[in-house]
Amino acid sequence: MDGQTWLLFAGIGAILLGASIIGAVLRWRVAPGPHAVIDNLNARIKAWWAMVAVIGCAFALGNWAVILLFYGVSFYALREFMTLMPTRRSDYPALVAAFYFVLPMQYLLVAIDWYGMFSIFIPVYVFLLLPILASLGGDAKHFLERASKVQWGLMLAVYCISFVPALLTLDIPGFEGRNLLLIAYLVIVVQLSDVLQYVCGKLFGRRRIAPNLSPSKTVEGFVGGVALATGIGTALYWITPFAPWQALLMALLLNVLGFFGGLVMSAIKRDRGVKDWGHMIEGHGGMLDRLDSVCFAAPIFFHAVRYWWT
Amino acid sequence: MLEKLLAYAIIASARTVTGLRSLWLGTTPKAVQRIYYANHSSHGDFVLLWASLPPELRPRTRPVAGADYWGKPGLRGFVINRVFNGVLIERQRSEADGNPLAPIERALAAGDSLILFPEGTRNLDDEVRLLPFKSGIYHLSRAHPQVELVPVWIANLNRVMPKGRALPLPLLCTLSFGTPLAAQADEAKEAFLERARESLLALAPAEGH
Repeated sequence: MDGQTWLLFAGIGAILLGASIIGAVLRWRVAPGPHAVIDNLNARIKAWWAMVAVIGCAFALGNWAVILLFYGVSFYALREFMTLMPTRRSDYPALVAAFYFVLPMQYLLVAIDWYGMFSIFIPVYVFLLLPILASLGGDAKHFLERASKVQWGLMLAVYCISFVPALLTLDIPGFEGRNLLLIAYLVIVVQLSDVLQYVCGKLFGRRRIAPNLSPSKTVEGFVGGVALATGIGTALYWITPFAPWQALLMALLLNVLGFFGGLVMSAIKRDRGVKDWGHMIEGHGGMLDRLDSVCFAAPIFFHAVRYWWT
Repeated sequence: MLEKLLAYAIIASARTVTGLRSLWLGTTPKAVQRIYYANHSSHGDFVLLWASLPPELRPRTRPVAGADYWGKPGLRGFVINRVFNGVLIERQRSEADGNPLAPIERALAAGDSLILFPEGTRNLDDEVRLLPFKSGIYHLSRAHPQVELVPVWIANLNRVMPKGRALPLPLLCTLSFGTPLAAQADEAKEAFLERARESLLALAPAEGH
């Protein structure tokens, strides 16, 4: 890792340390006993340490480790998504294809840098293949719904998330060998936006944006979180190929997309009658709960950078 | 030794594939004599239930399995007899009309806990959540009122291992353990079977498509 990356991780470490201290003080001053919000806050901070450590290790090991890490992330996300989507016996071939063929293939295509294929493999070829496989079962009940469950699972959990490591394939003049920092930028800005929306919502939240879809999203949380995260994204221009004003627009784009990603995924969860996608990350819920905003931000970020900077 | 290794391998792979999660909603895992009764849709059901018990309870918790399928010599027989210490019963009543529950009675008399699937066979119908119960569980509970009947809903395993498919799907499975019950002294068979069935269904996640 180069100097900038070390500096970045040192900064993240300092922020987490600050968060841990605030969490400990809150626990000590406000609520020595059990307290749902503070306990959840501390669990979230602890999980953040673990997530930053995992990403840090992958960065230290290099591009292959990062691709493998996101392969794993996609696997867990797809598993959570398909677990909550009831399918029928005749969907088995489509699900086998999703887990054992499409998922590895998409990451292989990213790894060998075949842009022309990884950018259309799932939305074109797999999109058509899945209903073909489903039709072989000869079961017409809820056909379109069942087919689209598998299609959407792959779209969100595999296709969209694979655009995070796909940032490594971009050749940006003057930015050679530093593409990992683009991943860091995307993940930091989007995740900080989530965190700051949560914090602003808890502190100042009054008016709910979409009470039927997500009870925790408020106008105050959205405006405060997006504004602060966009500010931080602008201040981080030095790790990107962007000028400060470009970094501001990019961060704003990421944050707005991230917000709507969270909203759409909340609507899906609501419809399935659950609060969280899973249970693998203490305090956060499942993998998809942490990644809903990244799903929507990553492909657009990739294409914006590819269009204007390569 | 081989049995231990095989048990470990089976549990590890079951956990890896299904991300096994156990919710002890109505009770806690403890060393009292119990009959865990669950919905049945896959040959892997008892493996998952067994794996979700604490290790110290496993040796005394024996799955009840159909002799017609599991009694075959070879790997299947070895696994059910030596690894899981299963109780094999004849599902097709032969002409010698002995009590088909006799092996279960012996296990209960010896103080063992059991894993039982009161539907009697795998439920392979997507449309039906739970088949009607066979009456065996009623007779066992009447004869052994001190044994706790613990309902366990096994969610999703039918999707992980659909019938006749070799490759399991890595979907998440959750086992929900409900509040124990027992047959009342004056309870009629049908009423008890209905109550036991309702207690199990109450643990199932919301339906949808």
